Amino acid sequence: MIGLSHYLIVSALIFSIGLMGVLRRRNLLMLFFATEVMLNAVNIAFAAISHYYNDLTGQMFAFFIIAIAASEVAVGLGLLIVLYKKYGSLDLDDLAKMKG
Amino acid sequence: MYEVVAFYLFSVLTIGLFLITVMSKNVLYAMTSLASGMVLISGFFFILGADFLGVVQLIVYVGAVMALYSFAMMFFDATRDIKEKNTNPALVFLLGGLSALVLVLMFAAPIHSEAIQALYPMHEGVGNAQDVGIVLFTKYLVPFELAAVMLLVAMIAGIILAGKKMDQSLTEDISADDEILIQKDEK
Repeated sequence: MIGLSHYLIVSALIFSIGLMGVLRRRNLLMLFFATEVMLNAVNIAFAAISHYYNDLTGQMFAFFIIAIAASEVAVGLGLLIVLYKKYGSLDLDDLAKMKG
Repeated sequence: MYEVVAFYLFSVLTIGLFLITVMSKNVLYAMTSLASGMVLISGFFFILGADFLGVVQLIVYVGAVMALYSFAMMFFDATRDIKEKNTNPALVFLLGGLSALVLVLMFAAPIHSEAIQALYPMHEGVGNAQDVGIVLFTKYLVPFELAAVMLLVAMIAGIILAGKKMDQSLTEDISADDEILIQKDEK
């Protein structure tokens, strides 16, 4: 039977995949994708704990995480478009020349 | 039985799709695999009994966020492969694997679960959507309204940031546009 640990371990694996993406990506758009992966992994853990402890708090936090992710994408993509207009590239190594 | 099959199917598929998202060089492949992985994650929510959360995941993530990403990809050059100078992939895999190991050990450790009591318990015979609505609009009303204001601020910020100079093309320079115009004139 599937227990809480199964869900938590799957969530941990997905979170580590996202973390690996954040570590190895240099393109800002791909970095955003890796962030989304990490947020989704946390949502799975919240929903699983909410189910196995019969408590609605986990689902509430998952809702607020989804709202935060949506607004993060809206603002972040706007910033990416401004960066792309200014520099013509989304690579972090190219953007590193901004430092003084 | 079906729950076990669904759980293993969803977890294998989700991990594989997210690995493609993280490893792929092509933006289009990464985005489509991210979208399908999110659909499968809503499957997790449905087998966990969080129906409303699953529907919200489908609408917000797969609907709104992925539509936003695909709109943004029209601004960037999506067909070209991304060249990334990866610093020492062995180190990255070592760190990722170590963090995975630490997280799995943390989650697999036994916890003192008798001390955990449900703060807002689910009710028998009431649908998930009703339960969520009652708790959200009584206990979490202030965070809910704050989230609404935050979404409004994010929308205004997105419009202002992306809306400047929308009449200029990003991927093609002006000379390319002139060539197209010349070709049209020749016809």
